[in-house]
Amino acid sequence: MADGNVEAVATSPEAVARHLAASRYLADDSLATAIFLAIRLGKPLLLEGAPGVGKTEAAKAIAELLGRDLVRLQCYEGIDAAHALYEWNYQRQLLAIRHAGEHEIDIYDDRFLIARPLLQVLRAPEQRVLLVDEIDRSDHEFEALLLEFLSDFQISIPERGTIRATAQPIVILTSNRTRELAEALRRRCVYHWIGYPDAGREAAIIMLRAGDVAEATAQAVASAVQMIRARPLAKPPGIAEAVEWANAATILEKGGSPWPEAFRRAIGVLIKDEEDLSYIAPELGRIVEEALG
Amino acid sequence: MSGINDPFSPFTGRRGPEGADEGQRHAGQSPAPPLTCLPASGVEPPVSTRPSDPRKRGEESLPRAAQPFLGFACLLRRYGFAIAPEQITGFMQAVTLLGPRSMNDIREAALATLAPPPDRHTEFEAHFQSYFYGNTSIRTEAEADEETRVKDDGGADDERIEAEQTREGGELSSALEQLSSRDFQREDDRLTAFRRQLSSALPARRSFRTVRTHSRGKLDLRRSLREIVSADGDVPFPLLRRRQTVPRKLLILIDVSGSMKLHTADYLKLTHAAVQGADRAEIFTFGTRLTRITSALRLRDRDQALARVAGQVDDWDGGTRMGPTLLAFLSVPRFSSFARGAAVVILSDALERGGHAELETAMRRLSARAFRLSLATPLAGDPRFRPATAALSAILPSLDDLIDGSSVGSLTDFILSLARPAPRAAAIWKRVS
Repeated sequence: MADGNVEAVATSPEAVARHLAASRYLADDSLATAIFLAIRLGKPLLLEGAPGVGKTEAAKAIAELLGRDLVRLQCYEGIDAAHALYEWNYQRQLLAIRHAGEHEIDIYDDRFLIARPLLQVLRAPEQRVLLVDEIDRSDHEFEALLLEFLSDFQISIPERGTIRATAQPIVILTSNRTRELAEALRRRCVYHWIGYPDAGREAAIIMLRAGDVAEATAQAVASAVQMIRARPLAKPPGIAEAVEWANAATILEKGGSPWPEAFRRAIGVLIKDEEDLSYIAPELGRIVEEALG
Repeated sequence: MSGINDPFSPFTGRRGPEGADEGQRHAGQSPAPPLTCLPASGVEPPVSTRPSDPRKRGEESLPRAAQPFLGFACLLRRYGFAIAPEQITGFMQAVTLLGPRSMNDIREAALATLAPPPDRHTEFEAHFQSYFYGNTSIRTEAEADEETRVKDDGGADDERIEAEQTREGGELSSALEQLSSRDFQREDDRLTAFRRQLSSALPARRSFRTVRTHSRGKLDLRRSLREIVSADGDVPFPLLRRRQTVPRKLLILIDVSGSMKLHTADYLKLTHAAVQGADRAEIFTFGTRLTRITSALRLRDRDQALARVAGQVDDWDGGTRMGPTLLAFLSVPRFSSFARGAAVVILSDALERGGHAELETAMRRLSARAFRLSLATPLAGDPRFRPATAALSAILPSLDDLIDGSSVGSLTDFILSLARPAPRAAAIWKRVS
């Protein structure tokens, strides 16, 4: 039933791109192809890219496209099985033991089991999409655990036995590439590197995402951001920042600042590093004028 | 194998065609240049025709139309791309799913399933062009990607200064060679001891993970409950656990410019011991460029490791652009994130040519990321040394330690003492001067 649904949505890369655009996410051909292949081949999708290029947004859009809930597992250094798989509710177990008195009680019942993201997805693979966010932050042990999960889609709970997924869940992994992932993990996945979009696409994204920004503004912002990214900054602005910048400048302009001035004043939402700001400040006027003109 | 176990390097297993055949070449296959199996070239690949040839046998059982895809994957493999059999299967499935309606579909399928690392996309593209279109005009240079070139802003000036420094270094080195050879045996013992002690001597941080313990910890509910159930409701004794401690990362940056010529060899031996001894160490060299040499130093044999480093680094004994190279280091996210929370040791004399504004910025940023930022300068071996140069006094506030880097002994002692607290460099040197 749900499988038919998936195949109806993902008939071709173009169809995927169209559905994503309906969910307000503009994917280029390459990304649409990767998503299409991941869905149809039943493999996890590994998205890598610089911070702020829309990896997490892509996962949200995929969940929306399939009409499923997104279950997000945020990784961090030291994340372990109790945070990713399952945990027992010990307090409730103790209370239940005391409450039961002489009666028999199964303390490994479902109601004492706290399902963490991986188990949640395993239990309802056709209603949920799993997003494992920023996997590069976790350590190697966790990567190995995830590898086991992704290859068999099963979890062993010593007290309960093995829980298997009834269908292949859809899994999306993202990484900022602060460290290299294990080859074994990479090769199990369909891989896509998300780069910064070109000016035209970025303008379209700004139009789609920002509130009420004029088309000329969106284009100016997109080309100015392209120029700023070409500079050697510590933190090049991402797409989200560009959208914010367009929003902020529009608000300032309505408040009475003329155009180049509004852009200059709103720069704080685009560049969030003091040294980058002082580096770009002398050139900013020229960049904005060039982008507007 | 240096690169294989290296989780940090995107260049794992990167070898040229001549190096790629260690595990890849199949029985009976002649060492043919890789492009001879081009479908477009019309030349029969010079593989053996013996029926027992596993490669040949595999290709015959495939449908004719599928052969180019297997061939392309094999070609990539020969150039050091790590491609698993299941990825090749996935590639073929993907091509089937997509139609393929155009060459672009094949390219997208290859990118998604064979997953070449983003740094090698241009190389991948060149192979794709040459294999499927027979277009060999696009050539990729087999150049070390691990170095971040720094924009050259004064080419003519550089050459003159580099030449001067080389001459100066050459004269001095003959005088010091005797010194270092006399001390050689003792130095080796010292390095062996350093390697053994390092992993336990590095500063530690608390990990998120817990270990079982008998004292000083929090109640381990999970284990306690199991114990209670198995003991029939009794509580025998509380079981505890506490947070684990793990050693911090160690990052060493070596200045290989001409003015440091006397010390680079010693420093490389020291860092080789450090890479062998520490769990997570990263070593870079910088001069006019930045080069990551950790993977080369992973080789257990020191002479081999140092020979490999010698081949990787291009800017031996050149000029120094410490500020720009350190900024370049910080602008590569996976490098700079390694510095976060790490013990960073820079081995340099900090004799920055020209302005020191960039150096100051770089050091400030680095110290904001690092757990402890230390500069070891060989000049401090002289008792009359004071951090008086403009560059040194500018970066002194960012430094945690400014120490003597003139001998291996003082450096090993210092690195082994990193876990112990010490007053900041500025406070110490104010007292001295």
